[in-house]
Amino acid sequence: MAVERTPARPDPDELLQRVQREARAAARGRLKVFFGACAGVGKTYAMLEAARKQRAAGTDVVIGYVEPHGRIETEVLLTGLERLPTQQLVHRGITLAEFDLDAALRRKPRLLLVDELAHSNPPGTRHAKRWQDVRELLEAGIDVFTTVNVQHLESANDIVARITGTQVRETVPDSLLEDADEVELIDLPPDDLLERLREGKIYLPDQADRAQAAFFRKGNLIALRQLALRATADRVDAAMREYRERHAIAETWAAGERVLVCIGPDALSERLVRRARRLASALHAEWLAAYVETPGLQRLPQAARDRVLRTLKLAESLGAQTSNLSGETVADELLYLARQRNVSKIIVGKPVRSHLFDRLRPSLVDALIRDSGDIDILVVTSEPGAPVTALPRLPKRSSRHPAYLKGLAAVALATLICAGLFRILGLTNLVMIYLLAVVWVAARYGRGPSVLAAVVGVGLFDFLFVEPYFSFAVSDTQYLLTFAVMLTVGLLISNLTAQGRRGASVARHRERRMRELNALSSELSRERSREQLVRVLCQHILEAVGGRATVLLPDTGGHLLDPSLFCTRGRVPPPGQTRFPVPGNDLGIAQWAYDHQRRAGLGTDTLASADAVYLPLKALQRCIGVLALRPREPRQLEVPEQMHLLDAMVNQAAVAIERVELAEAARSASIEIESERLRNALLSAISHDFRTPLATIIGAATTLLSGPPGDIDEKHRRTLLQSLLGEAERLHRLAGNLLDLSRLDAERPALKRDWLAIDELIGAALAQLRGVLGVRVARVELAPELPLFPGDEILIGQLLINLIENAAKHTPSGSPIEVAAHADADWLHVTVRDRGPGLPVGEEQHIFEKFQRGHAEGAQSGFGLGLTIARAIVGAHGGQIAARQREGGGAEFEFTLPLHRAERPADE
Amino acid sequence: MNEPRIRIVLIEDDPQIRRFLVAALEIHGYEPHEAATAAEGLRLVTARQPDMVIVDLGLPDLSGLDLIRRLREWYPRPILVLSARTREQDKVAALDSGADDYLTKPFGIEELLARLRVAARHLAGQRTGDASGRIEAGALLIDITARRVQVRGADVHLTPREYQLLLVLAGQRGKVLTHRQLLREVWGPAHVESPHYLRIYMRALRTKIEDDPAQPRWLLTEIGVGYRFADE
Repeated sequence: MAVERTPARPDPDELLQRVQREARAAARGRLKVFFGACAGVGKTYAMLEAARKQRAAGTDVVIGYVEPHGRIETEVLLTGLERLPTQQLVHRGITLAEFDLDAALRRKPRLLLVDELAHSNPPGTRHAKRWQDVRELLEAGIDVFTTVNVQHLESANDIVARITGTQVRETVPDSLLEDADEVELIDLPPDDLLERLREGKIYLPDQADRAQAAFFRKGNLIALRQLALRATADRVDAAMREYRERHAIAETWAAGERVLVCIGPDALSERLVRRARRLASALHAEWLAAYVETPGLQRLPQAARDRVLRTLKLAESLGAQTSNLSGETVADELLYLARQRNVSKIIVGKPVRSHLFDRLRPSLVDALIRDSGDIDILVVTSEPGAPVTALPRLPKRSSRHPAYLKGLAAVALATLICAGLFRILGLTNLVMIYLLAVVWVAARYGRGPSVLAAVVGVGLFDFLFVEPYFSFAVSDTQYLLTFAVMLTVGLLISNLTAQGRRGASVARHRERRMRELNALSSELSRERSREQLVRVLCQHILEAVGGRATVLLPDTGGHLLDPSLFCTRGRVPPPGQTRFPVPGNDLGIAQWAYDHQRRAGLGTDTLASADAVYLPLKALQRCIGVLALRPREPRQLEVPEQMHLLDAMVNQAAVAIERVELAEAARSASIEIESERLRNALLSAISHDFRTPLATIIGAATTLLSGPPGDIDEKHRRTLLQSLLGEAERLHRLAGNLLDLSRLDAERPALKRDWLAIDELIGAALAQLRGVLGVRVARVELAPELPLFPGDEILIGQLLINLIENAAKHTPSGSPIEVAAHADADWLHVTVRDRGPGLPVGEEQHIFEKFQRGHAEGAQSGFGLGLTIARAIVGAHGGQIAARQREGGGAEFEFTLPLHRAERPADE
Repeated sequence: MNEPRIRIVLIEDDPQIRRFLVAALEIHGYEPHEAATAAEGLRLVTARQPDMVIVDLGLPDLSGLDLIRRLREWYPRPILVLSARTREQDKVAALDSGADDYLTKPFGIEELLARLRVAARHLAGQRTGDASGRIEAGALLIDITARRVQVRGADVHLTPREYQLLLVLAGQRGKVLTHRQLLREVWGPAHVESPHYLRIYMRALRTKIEDDPAQPRWLLTEIGVGYRFADE
């Protein structure tokens, strides 16, 4: 089916995203940002004015937090608006009045005002940043008005720093502004602003002069204003674009751009990331940040590695997807990722070349440009004068002296061997021994020692074994070639070995990850219960990171329960024995992570002071629970790769748990439908099958009672009484069958197992059916030495009765019925055969289904439940039942029962 | 009918069944007294000193089991239990706590009369054959004094356990004996939970004395309850 694509048709994915966004937005509060170029433009004032208007319109407005800065105008606007009390926190001896998030959530007004979005909360509050408070408020369905300056925007941060010369530490992710429902730019021309400043209308904290000097320069103000205007314009542009898409006004469809930025261990990377972010948002493109760990980079000092992690985290907070790759060369890995993810632009930093050696090697940029094909490569320079920390030289691997010494020892050994063989072998072969030594050293100890071995080896060879002995003669220059060959071979071998080793280590690393995930997924796929899945997840997480882990599952009301499952490495104590000590406080964090489906606690930016990290188990439809992990080494949580692995594991488990739950739900739903269908069938069958005998009974009884006594002759009286009895017995059978069925339909029919002898049960069944069998001959063929088997005596008796009665009912009276039993190693086989009309062709299997009669409505009524019950009984015992045509005419029913009770040990 | 009629107290809460039973019992020469509750029944048994009692297990005021236990504190004569099909466990428990026999509803009057005849016989001379020292059942002869068993005149060799099992069953001919009762009598109280002994011995016994062990004439199986030595 070809889908015709007209240019005006919006991308279905985008449509879906919009629908999802709108659905989310419906439940979320609306965010309005009062956005300005810098302090003093009147954002708070504008916000309060807007709030008053809302208030006048009847909206429930509450001020969560407003920085009054002691300004009269602001104070005036504040009067008459409900203000939330602040919470008092003592931090380093100073009492701070902070916005009280929990009070706001409890009060839950329609609209809440929270000033200064970029504010950093002191320790002891739930979130590190106020914008996180705001995000939570929005999620709780509260509309929020807030203010922010352009210099606090994450992506503008470095530009602002360059313009003003001061680094702003308090930043807000750009996505917050992008996702805001409304952004109002509060604009004030720089001259007016400076005027206001002079009039003292702008509150500036303690270092007013410094701030003024550094910040409120006209040039700065113009630049900041431009930045603010541009950011607003971008947003307006995005809004316009969305509007056009929504209304399918689509003359221009931007090709799906994707930007990839390559992060290195240097300080330049942070700027690269910000550049990439700006470029990506200008292109409305997705962007990725990648760090390629080459074997060389693995030897970086801890500080540099930490910086890489920080940079990756920054990228993530700016909206990038981050990957931590490992490979032999940066360029190859980057291009591989780029092709895989359809990247259209790669951003790399212009390399800083400090060493001569670096200049000899093709740079990353060169390599990228050479192999990039149709991918654009953007090379970003470091700004002139900007401090660029050079890549710290890699510390050499431990002390190498022993390796050099061993190299020399190898050469010395070669020399000794040569001395011994000097008389026997020619010079060419002696050289081979030295070559062997060099190769061995190269393979074993790497480049340096192999070079040394080559130099010393050729020297010794020339000195000792080439005429004139014990001298370096001029004619020996030809041995320079020998030296060159040895050196080359040594270098080649050492490089190959090193590469092989690195490749192996990279592969091992990857393989370990894959193995962990594979092991987890295969184990998850085997488990069928939520508890088991949770246990498997904990075990694998612990194998990956160590420490302690537990999964908190919610009750039906969505409240996480105290963990009942606890695992430490390699050991799963029975539930209830040991509990993961999750203090009440931390349970709150877990609940938060669950409610917001975001990670929280250690290593995240929400409640980072906790000593465990809480990862929500997000499945496709809902959050399953929360994994609480207290890693042995908290730093591990900083490694994106480790974090990704954890995420992948948690996601897998969440999906697996959801799968189990959905399967359970589907099963119970289908059971419900089936039982509904059965109920209906049963009701109609009952009304038919009960009424028929009842009609006869009532008819016969009234006939007997009617008329004067003695009016009915003996023959008729007997006939009427016979039919009374017959129909009553029929009702009795019916009731019995329904009873059996309802008992066996239970999820796990309660079997009362004993060791039974099939021969006596056959005998008892035949004895009970004597009336039904009448004149028939019942032949019993029993194999000698039939073993006892485990079963419920009453049920097995009923099974035999049903099968024999079924045979009797469907065959002409007088035709024989045979019951045979034999056993093999594991099974007891019982067959009931008749010589009747046989089974309806093609119905051999359906005959066991509910409300099936062998043949269409006939004289033999009775639901046809007998065989259904038979099947249920056999099933409950773990056996099989089958019906087939008997050779030579008639029907044959065979069932098997296990002789050993291993099948369902939980029964009883 | 010169001899005094057998007096029966019938404790049954369903009026229809009561009506039918009273009519049937009277027709067949018994003297029934009916009670609808356990309390009334106990009073009636005390007052009338009946020859036997028929108890329905599903009574409104007291469980049939408790009623039997209370009756058994002082009442030694036969108690016959009526039970519905859903109450197989109750049936066995009633037999184990002292009832002599049971009938599953619905039942034909012939079955009831057969049970009553067995009960009457037990009432008369506790154990069949005690007087003569021999038990005869058709072609089967058990000579208790000689510890000998014959089928159609031919000696059958039984192990002591088999013999004891046969004797316990035949000694209370027509009366159902539960697995526990048989195990206690033959193997001792320690083995009441090992019904598989019983099945194996029963199979052996049937092979030795029955013509067709799969369709036995004398040693009948009561599914889920126990065994009964055929009455006629």
